[in-house]
Amino acid sequence: MDLPEFPPKVGVGDFGAALWNPEAATPSGLIGPDGLTAPKRFNVYRNNVIVSLCDALEQTFPALQNLLGEDYFKALARAFVVQHPPKSPVLIWYGSEFPDFIEAFPPLASYPYLADVARVEWAWVQAYHAADVAPLDPAALGSVDPNVLGSIRFEKHPAAALIMSSWPVWDLARANRFEPDEEIRVDLDRSQSVLIARPEFDVELLQLRPGGDVFLNALLSGATLGEAAALAEGQVAEFSLSDCLSDCLSIGVFTDLVTA
Amino acid sequence: MKHKAMSAAIVAGAVATAVAGLSATAPAHAQAKEKCYGVSLKGQNDCKAGAGTTCAGTSTVDYQGNAWTLVPKGTCVSMDVPDGRHGSLTELDRDLPEA
Repeated sequence: MDLPEFPPKVGVGDFGAALWNPEAATPSGLIGPDGLTAPKRFNVYRNNVIVSLCDALEQTFPALQNLLGEDYFKALARAFVVQHPPKSPVLIWYGSEFPDFIEAFPPLASYPYLADVARVEWAWVQAYHAADVAPLDPAALGSVDPNVLGSIRFEKHPAAALIMSSWPVWDLARANRFEPDEEIRVDLDRSQSVLIARPEFDVELLQLRPGGDVFLNALLSGATLGEAAALAEGQVAEFSLSDCLSDCLSIGVFTDLVTA
Repeated sequence: MKHKAMSAAIVAGAVATAVAGLSATAPAHAQAKEKCYGVSLKGQNDCKAGAGTTCAGTSTVDYQGNAWTLVPKGTCVSMDVPDGRHGSLTELDRDLPEA
């Protein structure tokens, strides 16, 4: 009996391209024990790729799965996966485009809040895996000369993320993932912005106070403390600089301050 | 472009208020942590960290005894879970998934 030639003559590129195209023929070097091309065996690989990536999305976006239901989520994940092959072999980074995909997905146009919930969940996973860095000690701020406080800037902690939303993402994320046992009434007329950070081991979420999102967004974009505070105060009457700053410091949004 | 900025006195006052308020409470990251067994909800143990982690969601029974989570020092054993079960500082042999 003639044994099939080994290793099979199929390049990684051909193998990968055929994996992603169900219409493509099985690469000719892939053969079974009978020496013939083995399409059924190859289809097992095709299926595993899609299913494992769908599972990855399910684990990263559990609140969305709750909001959408298992069947819908599975179908949505599949629709996303076939259009978005992974760009990195690191699975914790798979799904960064999922929120934008949901936002642009026509069947979900009447559920515009879903994309922001997905953004919160994405930020949660990234915060969990971000580098360990000690947050800025509030005392460091206390020792800055009061005359130059307004012109200082902050450096963002690698785990920190701000999700600004026109929807009640804080309540939606809590009700569907983080506090499933609480009775949370979600009022879709409210808008909430969420701050995500990891001061030490645990990822923490915090709802920003009025104007806090404008303030922090400006700071994270490089504005000075005085500029960010003036911007938030100008846009939101109830803005409180001391409260918002206190929130940012206690959850560890910054690693360092830079004096001009 | 020159941005409008809040006056130095107002900023300094607000910063002083924020810093004073925070130093009154111990910073969260200064609290010692310890591994605590038996208080994780199903699938919510600390290694449940999204896709690609080898033990993501491996706790398959609620209050599984060998799935751990981190809690502030001292609160572990007093943390109640339903039915009068408590957290434990050592790995438990109760509530393990059936083999």
